[in-house]
Amino acid sequence: MIADTAPAVRERPGRVGESAPRPDGVPKVRGEFAYSSDLYAEGMLWGATVRSTQVHARVRSVDVSAAWATPGVRAVITASDVPGSAHYGLDSDDQPVFAAGVVRHVGEPIAAIAADRPETARLAASRVVVDYEPLAPLLDPEESLTAEPIHPNGNVFRHLPIRKGDPDAVGDVVVEGTYTTGMQDQAFLGPESGLAIPDDDGGGVELFISTQWLHIDRDQVAACLGLPPDKVRLTLSGVGGAFGAREDISLQVHVCLLALVTARPVKMVYSREESFLGHVHRHPARMWYRHHATHDGVLVKVEARLLLDGGAYLSSSHHVLGNAASFAVGPYRVPNVVIDSWNVRTNNPPCGAMRGFGVVQACFGHESQMDKLARALGRDPVELRLMNALGPGDTGVTGQRITGTLPMAEVIARTAALPMPPDLDDEPPMLALPGGAGRTADRARVVRGVGFAANYKNLMYAEGFDDFSTARCRIEHGVVTIDCACAEVGQGFVTIALQIAREVLRIDEVVLAPANTAEVGSAGSTSASRQTWMSGGAVEAACTAARDRVLAEVAGRVGLPVSDLDLRGDRVVSRDGRIDLTMTEAIEGLVVDEVREFHHARTHPFDEHGQGDAHVSFAGAAHRAVVDVDLDLGLVRVVQIATAQDVGRALNPLSVGGQIEGGVAQGLGLALMEEILVDDGRIRNASFTDYLVPTALDAPEVVWSLIEEPEPGAPFGAKGVGEPPVVSSTPAIVSAIRAATGLDLTRVPVRPEDLALGGREHGL
Amino acid sequence: MSVAIPETLEEALQVAAADPEVQVLAGGTDLMVEVNFGYRRPASVCALHRIAELHAQRQDDGEVVIGAMTTYHDMERGVIAAALPGLAQAGRTVGSPQIRNAGTVGGNLATASPAGDTLPVLMALDSTVVVASVAGRREVPISDFLVGPKRNALGPGELIVEVRVPHLRGPQEFLKVGARNAMVIAVCSLALVVDLERRRVACALGSVGPTVLRAFEAEERAAQEIDWQTGRLGDPAFAPEFGRLVAAAARPIDDHRSTAGYRRHAIGVLAERALRRSA
Ligand SMILES: Cc1cc2nc3c(=O)[nH]c(=O)nc-3n(C[C@H](O)[C@H](O)[C@H](O)COP(=O)(O)OP(=O)(O)OC[C@H]3O[C@@H](n4cnc5c(N)ncnc54)[C@H](O)[C@@H]3O)c2cc1C
Repeated sequence: MIADTAPAVRERPGRVGESAPRPDGVPKVRGEFAYSSDLYAEGMLWGATVRSTQVHARVRSVDVSAAWATPGVRAVITASDVPGSAHYGLDSDDQPVFAAGVVRHVGEPIAAIAADRPETARLAASRVVVDYEPLAPLLDPEESLTAEPIHPNGNVFRHLPIRKGDPDAVGDVVVEGTYTTGMQDQAFLGPESGLAIPDDDGGGVELFISTQWLHIDRDQVAACLGLPPDKVRLTLSGVGGAFGAREDISLQVHVCLLALVTARPVKMVYSREESFLGHVHRHPARMWYRHHATHDGVLVKVEARLLLDGGAYLSSSHHVLGNAASFAVGPYRVPNVVIDSWNVRTNNPPCGAMRGFGVVQACFGHESQMDKLARALGRDPVELRLMNALGPGDTGVTGQRITGTLPMAEVIARTAALPMPPDLDDEPPMLALPGGAGRTADRARVVRGVGFAANYKNLMYAEGFDDFSTARCRIEHGVVTIDCACAEVGQGFVTIALQIAREVLRIDEVVLAPANTAEVGSAGSTSASRQTWMSGGAVEAACTAARDRVLAEVAGRVGLPVSDLDLRGDRVVSRDGRIDLTMTEAIEGLVVDEVREFHHARTHPFDEHGQGDAHVSFAGAAHRAVVDVDLDLGLVRVVQIATAQDVGRALNPLSVGGQIEGGVAQGLGLALMEEILVDDGRIRNASFTDYLVPTALDAPEVVWSLIEEPEPGAPFGAKGVGEPPVVSSTPAIVSAIRAATGLDLTRVPVRPEDLALGGREHGL
Repeated sequence: MSVAIPETLEEALQVAAADPEVQVLAGGTDLMVEVNFGYRRPASVCALHRIAELHAQRQDDGEVVIGAMTTYHDMERGVIAAALPGLAQAGRTVGSPQIRNAGTVGGNLATASPAGDTLPVLMALDSTVVVASVAGRREVPISDFLVGPKRNALGPGELIVEVRVPHLRGPQEFLKVGARNAMVIAVCSLALVVDLERRRVACALGSVGPTVLRAFEAEERAAQEIDWQTGRLGDPAFAPEFGRLVAAAARPIDDHRSTAGYRRHAIGVLAERALRRSA
């Protein structure tokens, strides 16, 4: 009755600090959002990749004749067809576009095919005959340290020693432990996919692609194609999740080369199985720790050895290790430190960036140790963390003094104070018990446990790298357009960029142009929790410059100095009252084009003792987990995660909440189920049937609290928020399971058999 | 590729007779996975969806007749939920709502995976699989129908028409262990049926052998231990013993989903719990 007469309410688009809804939110939920796998071009061909079936082998020959003979095949390319650099890589070019002499892991690309239909391309790919001479596989990271090199660049990607304070210091109480983490996958839902369209003259190519950093893809693709960078133009297409797995090149070079060779648009989409083979994973880690403390619980020294398995190629292993080592002891004051960390090459699947970037592994180690220490001291684990909590003015293990905000004590205390869930009922619904839909639980055998963990992590790239961002603010025909090559991978830059632009310009109608490499310079990577700060900062700077230009123009028109103008809300007013315009009115007829680069404070490499101001800024979080465990079956249900997070300032609280809930789910995945099982170098569970990620029935209630202490140097004081939620949720859950079961639990994921059979099954 | 979409069972049987290689398509939740992985490349497909007769569920004297195209969604309600609670429970554990809307009992039977979730229940209920070809119908006891891992007793040109399941009086339980709380392939599963009239206990095990197994010895012992006046165990301490007997009947292996040791342990726990709930 009232529905058709109700006035249309037009919400004001959000400004900074408001929960602006995502423009792509509803289309994604309704299935209307176009992902890169939905790309289409008239007359396009389909690409497929031929991959190594061998763990480590010499390639004697590659026979493509049968593939070529398949009707409908338009191109078959191998290593000898790569016109430019034969190798690529984020840090060093150690990964071949197509393997030529040697294959170093299962799934390594050897050839690519373009055909009229995807099915034809796959069929032809299966007809490529590769003659291998098997080589001894190197699968154990421990052995890698001393084994014959399996790559001209050697086996040790990096060894980073850290020495701080007195190496001989000894505590009253000493606890020691060895911990391992499994290989987690980013498990994004949108597989690798892209569409390459060759220029009419064949001298360049346009690539529509899902990636995390358009410009670094462009540079690597151009180098491999032997083209100048401006002849390769990239546009971001709909990204179905990233989490680090889109930092490396996957199909970019292959699809562009196929397009150039065939002079036709070519599309490639990986299958789910291929996706597991075609991107890097989270490094599995083996970690040994020895913590020293006084009787009172003050940390005296931490000794540690960390060994990460980087798999066949470097990817970002160098910096993953730098991070693991930098945060190896967690958010605590530790005066004396002896840490050695290695990241090594093996013939296992390549590992690289994943949300948390090395800190996740270390956090499982140091937080397990903090619990152990609390037990040894007979102290409350929260209290132990509080009394050692790091804060401004303190130095981390690399000797870097914390100059920004880092309210770790507040983070820990507030997390601990968040409301607990109600006790488990006597007769709870089956779905609410461990085992869920399987109806396995026996209430009498379900025990509740509570655990706690904290972390801190760097924001932005480190060790001297200047990962700047660029933004452009254009005003023309009364329309404000923001250009920024920042890749939206789900993190919410699409709202943040507009919120900042609206806030600065005091104009509601602002357009964010598609991210590409043609209109604007690099934005850096969507990773390291950096885009709100870096690209947000660039947008703020470009919009501020544009606003200043507008004010100067307005003042100039009536001959007033710009200093006579004031911004009052969304209006421009002059002191003498002659000017009183909304900003929307003020930009009419103006043409403004301002480009700004935003650089963070300089950082420095580590010295030979692992000391140095390597990081820009830090953010912390803590997690309290409440779990129910079925003692006999070893099944777990995480009931609640409570978390306080140091966010600087929440520019979009709804978005921050999304990062927290998603990060917690991913941390839960590592704690309980997410593991790529690698046997003799082969992935055994390359599917979502067997690589399990949490479902709605596994996801806990998440109670969160944001701690807002604006960070100097950050736009509006905002810290990155994407990674802290994933880092300590894992150890908090394991800590809770330990509390429920009394078991040691030194590896994640914790498997049902580890709980039900006390690790007997795996010799733990 | 040719696709036949018959409206009647007769037509479908004709198609199957004319082309013994034809791939039958029910919900497609197993078949399409195989096609996507390239394990199967069907040249011809016969889709059963339009055949009304295969979608029916009805109660005939003493038994429930379940059409091959009955989905998991269907099992959670109506005749099946009322008469065969164990099957309804099993249906609820399958996949996600999307899979439960599409996947069918006929497909689960034909796939004959040791992890097929309806199979332990159908086995514990001594169900009969009705298959047909142009030559006529056969009734195959389910224990003969499930020949081995992913192998069934269908002959050339034969389709599953329906399953006939005895309607019993007494508790039924289905329990399934997986490494997450929903949408997971069974690490192990168990169906327990107590038949208060015939005074029998039946227990069938999934994912702990090459095909679904019965724990005959455990069943017989349990039937002796139950006080059939009350339907309860004479001595509740028998439950763990029942668990041990069931675990002994399992023939599990190590694979990427779990270990043999855990499976054997867990199936015993499920057995003990199922018996406590039922008697
Ligand atoms: C995401 C996902 C989750 C799953 N989870 C589970 C789970 O939890 N538990 C479980 O048991 N299964 C699960 N499955 C497997 C699958 O859903 C079931 O086995 C389902 O019952 C198959 O039925 P369908 O109708 O889809 O069969 P289809 O895929 O259509 O057919 C499967 C096979 O049976 C044959 N077939 C089908 N109907 C007949 C008939 N009437 N006569 C002769 N042959 C026939 C087909 O030719 C084919 O060989 C899952 C599958 C997926 C994709």
